[in-house]
Amino acid sequence: MTTERPRTRADIVDTARRLYEDLEFTAVREWLAADPDRKAVGCLPVYVPREVVWAAGVLPVGIHGGGDRLEIIRGDAYYQSYICHLPRSVVELGLSGRLDMLSGMLFPSTCDVIRNLSGMWQILRPEVYVRYVDVPQVEHPATGLEFWKGELSTIYRDMCAIAGTEPSDEALWAAIDDYDRVRDVIGRLYALRRDEPWKVPTEELYLVMRAGEVLPPPDFVDLATAYLEACHAEPLRRRDNTRVIVVGSFCEQPPLGLIKTIERAGCYIVGDDFLLGNRMITRPPERGGDPVEALAHALLFHHQPSSVMYEPDPDAKEVTIKKMVDAARADGVIFAAASFCDPALLDRPMLRAGAEAHGIPCIAFKFSENTGQFQQFREQAGTFSDSIKLWGGA
Amino acid sequence: MAPTTKEEVKVQKDRSMILQKEMIAGHFERLEKAPETGEKVVYTFVPGNLTELIRSFGALPLLPEINALQSGMRGKSKGYIAEAERNGHSEDVCTYVKCDIGMLRSGNIGPTGTRLPKPDLLLLSYTGCYTFMKWFELLREEYDCPTVFLHVPYQGDGTLLPEHRAYVVKQLRETIIPALEQVTGRPYDEDLLRENLARSAQAEDDLVAVLHSAKNRPSPIDSYFGGVYYVGPIFSAFRGTPEGVDYYRALRQEVEARVAAKQGPLTPVGRLDDQKYRLVVEGPPNWTSFREFWKMFAEEGAVVVASTYTKVGGTYDFGFRHDPSDPLGTLADYCGGCYTNHNLPGRIEMLERYVKEYEADGFIINSVKSCNSFSAGQLMILREVERRTGIPGGFVESDLVDPRYFSAANIKNRLESYLQMIEARRAGGATSSEALGRLA
Amino acid sequence: MNCFVGIDLGSTITKAVILDEAGEVLGRGITNSRSNYDLAAEVARTEAFVTARFGLLRKEVEKAAGGAMLDRLLRAFRTEQTLVQLDRLQHHIDAEVVSTVAGPLQQPVTEVIDEIFRRLRQEEEDWFAGRTEGTRSDFFRDHVGSGWARLSEELGPPVDVSFDLLLSLYDKCIIKVENEPLELGFQDHIDAALARIGDVEGVDAVRLGVERARDAELVEVATIGTGYGRARLPFAKEQIRSEILCHGLGAHRMFPNTRTVLDIGGQDTKAIQVDGRGIVTSFQMNDRCAAGCGRYLGYIADEMNIGLHELGPLAQRSSRRVKINSTCTVFAGAELRERLSLGEQREDILAGLHRAVILRAMSLLARSGGVDDEFTFTGGVARNPAAVAALEELVAENYGDRTLNISPSSIYTGALGAAIFAMRAAEEGRGVAGTGTRQEA
Repeated sequence: MTTERPRTRADIVDTARRLYEDLEFTAVREWLAADPDRKAVGCLPVYVPREVVWAAGVLPVGIHGGGDRLEIIRGDAYYQSYICHLPRSVVELGLSGRLDMLSGMLFPSTCDVIRNLSGMWQILRPEVYVRYVDVPQVEHPATGLEFWKGELSTIYRDMCAIAGTEPSDEALWAAIDDYDRVRDVIGRLYALRRDEPWKVPTEELYLVMRAGEVLPPPDFVDLATAYLEACHAEPLRRRDNTRVIVVGSFCEQPPLGLIKTIERAGCYIVGDDFLLGNRMITRPPERGGDPVEALAHALLFHHQPSSVMYEPDPDAKEVTIKKMVDAARADGVIFAAASFCDPALLDRPMLRAGAEAHGIPCIAFKFSENTGQFQQFREQAGTFSDSIKLWGGA
Repeated sequence: MAPTTKEEVKVQKDRSMILQKEMIAGHFERLEKAPETGEKVVYTFVPGNLTELIRSFGALPLLPEINALQSGMRGKSKGYIAEAERNGHSEDVCTYVKCDIGMLRSGNIGPTGTRLPKPDLLLLSYTGCYTFMKWFELLREEYDCPTVFLHVPYQGDGTLLPEHRAYVVKQLRETIIPALEQVTGRPYDEDLLRENLARSAQAEDDLVAVLHSAKNRPSPIDSYFGGVYYVGPIFSAFRGTPEGVDYYRALRQEVEARVAAKQGPLTPVGRLDDQKYRLVVEGPPNWTSFREFWKMFAEEGAVVVASTYTKVGGTYDFGFRHDPSDPLGTLADYCGGCYTNHNLPGRIEMLERYVKEYEADGFIINSVKSCNSFSAGQLMILREVERRTGIPGGFVESDLVDPRYFSAANIKNRLESYLQMIEARRAGGATSSEALGRLA
Repeated sequence: MNCFVGIDLGSTITKAVILDEAGEVLGRGITNSRSNYDLAAEVARTEAFVTARFGLLRKEVEKAAGGAMLDRLLRAFRTEQTLVQLDRLQHHIDAEVVSTVAGPLQQPVTEVIDEIFRRLRQEEEDWFAGRTEGTRSDFFRDHVGSGWARLSEELGPPVDVSFDLLLSLYDKCIIKVENEPLELGFQDHIDAALARIGDVEGVDAVRLGVERARDAELVEVATIGTGYGRARLPFAKEQIRSEILCHGLGAHRMFPNTRTVLDIGGQDTKAIQVDGRGIVTSFQMNDRCAAGCGRYLGYIADEMNIGLHELGPLAQRSSRRVKINSTCTVFAGAELRERLSLGEQREDILAGLHRAVILRAMSLLARSGGVDDEFTFTGGVARNPAAVAALEELVAENYGDRTLNISPSSIYTGALGAAIFAMRAAEEGRGVAGTGTRQEA
């Protein structure tokens, strides 16, 4: 990263866009090169406890596939046509040497595709550390507490071994502090977009969020804070757009073109689940006591409702969308799931039924990270927006 | 796993198959009457099922996957899936789920034609399959009954770590048992559980003897198509029951008699004594064209000597037995060891051992569209097993219960090509080292 | 002489190859596949025996009579074959007009049809006389079909006979012609062909050669069928081999150092690894989705309203390849229209499409074990220069230097392999003797 903080909205977004488009992960490589003792580890979506990675001095790097910018040559050889696109591009990144700077990979329990990719990585890259991160799926949060504490401790210990550092509570608390700041600035940006969406186009917000996937937390906080200031300082023209939330894009990410298409079709995105892992914990871990316990507690007791975590409350699915729509003061919902995404697509009938029961207009479509044509989305989103404006419902 | 298709009635059957059919019919009759008899019904899944525990509370297990696959065999799944898709389910996702939901919405008539009772408890043993979790969340929407969740950690590093085992035991003790106590009104009776577990171990011994019998030439069993019948009782409601013990004793005797007589198994084309190809198969079968699929193998003289699908409900042939001396610990070990709860390297190793120990001529992957737990990574499994055994693998694609994804011509073409390749290599004496060099 | 026949019944084209006792190719036949598979196989076989006998003839008298004379004889033979088929076509169309066209319309329709046939016959004479430019399709259906469409458009509308009616008559009746056994063999037309070239200098030598070729005893000792439609061939199970094995062996025969074969046909793509003896060691085929197969390029050509063979050359004019991520046949048209509407150039889009097709093939190759030296490319798409260029580039990038073989007769690869299997089976004394009969000339 440049030490000089970019000031204007255009500069900041430009920096973020360069990071997003860079499939060589130059920023990570430069960070590593600055000190030969530094290490970095890749984190697949959705939720990886990055605090324990960062506390060990290891940079957690979000691995979100290759978007629409990566030509898949080797990745397709490993996947049948009925499996989503993300693992193809992750394998492509791995086999083309683009992830060689990583000392390890963490594969969370998002779905069976990512789970099995952990085993594939053990075979493809036997020289790197690989761990399946079994995020607890439990009826009562307390049931999973001991287990998750154990998992966090193991990952922390392993990360320290990679980095050659000593585990310590101080380091953990410092990392938790860093990520609290990350969550805080993300929260403020999302709140501003919710309140004044014309100031925070989602295309830009998304790019800034993506920067957070490759930058050290303090650098990201600087960039995001600068962007927040620029949003206030350089307002954009307010439009008569419909307010929507986008649901279902928490793992494989939509191409930027899709986000732009939704916005240009007359929708302000005022809530989304893109890159959900960066705000999975909704409350800062409680200070005092054991930092591992605090982190474990924060996830189990205060996490976002999401398709990748078991929902113990039988009534919750029905009201999930209603709550999200209310929180975002949205007019409607766009269910945008990656093709063949089990968590999103299996959840969708429940979420959609709940939304419809509350009279919330919705539309649904599927994408893949490398979708290259947006005409159908433009038409759907445009019609959706117009119908809400005209009749207040689809 | 006991098919009840009309066609089935006409074909030749082993005695064990008739026995199994009676057991299953009896079970479903009991289930149908449960609302009157007051017997409690627990819905649960095959991998990681806690049958001994459920039965120790006097409750009856009912397994939605079995219903789905039966619907597939009876030609009902197409309509059920369409019903679920009309209700907003995506065409991309698991067809077991859609078949089950569709069946529910179409009157909930089970595999033997009896009405299925509503669950008194949804017991989700989350083992080896992410979709199970969503499946139960979806089922929960349809029923007003308690749900209880058992999180079984995945063997990401190749073993069930001691702390993971302890975590499962803790959940059994603190979550599952209290839920069963509450629903059935009975206290937990560990002695009863131990008795059930002892019977499980006995049946498991006999099942393993049956599975190992495929090392003979000719193999007296087909370990995939026939195998799904053999594992039927132990994967479903009968583990730990006296009927289960009787069934496996009878099955073992039947198979041992075939070994002595140097006979092959019954197949859709009759007894397969002349076995041209010994194969290992990975992946679940297709249920909508089950017999047609089997016939494609049998007609070519191919017998399956080992399969991984028959291990989804437990990997007994690698030594695991339920242990009455540690009732909850053994259930944890059981859950952790189910096939799809093994990581990819573990699955590859298992296949490699099967190919070598059963002296297979080839191995085939049936990749099903529905099941990411099985299918994601199978192309890497293919490559690795080829590399380690020097034997090329075959790859066919279908689905569990969606007939739209069973293209008979395509599958037959690939299978024939594959077997002819094996034959040509054998005739030409192709060396495995050549293949090894190529595939490295 | 003993000979061995291989027949490859493909989804669109049926091929036959005949080998002599030494394993040399004696003849090749090709026809479009049709609803009657037996007949398609028979037509291809007959054609292969025609070319076999022409081959014998050529060996015999080329020196004495000269190549040009023999070319002319073959051309005359083809003309005779075409004229026979035109007669049959006219017979069916006349009957169709009587039974389906309303009374008052019959006369003008018949007049137009008579004129179309008159001109088609004239065009055939012109072709024989060498007065026609360009090449024409090997298939009666295609070359007469394009003439029919052209003449219908020219002659129908001016006299109020609808173009669509004429076209539908053709479509209906061509199927009948294709599905009835016709006399198209060497013996059937060689005399007429000889008569047609007339009493020119050197024709006596040719006559003598023809007699010998006609009398040559060709005994079809063994026959093997292959191809996607092989199960529908009227052959016993032992007479059938998978097209994978036949392709591998055929490619090995054409290029003995072949280790990897890629075949991109209309419906499917195959990646095959063979050992030093042409025995298949591993293979992969595309899944049930036909994305990235030849058919996809066909859709694109239709969408752009150009000939399939024009796609490649057009793509090669690209200077700025567009990135295409999907080769889904279902979305091909929509994607193309969207790209064009964004102002992308046709050639740039096409360049991207060709690369996308080859990328799909690359993943199958990787699944089957990679690309070894030497690498043989077969199937319809191997005739597309842009596809070949994309393949060369991607193979070089991912596997390094590889010798890429493409045979002009690569379409016969599967049939050639089948014929070799027939020969081997006969040598081993296995009961695959197809007819065991002497082939009448």
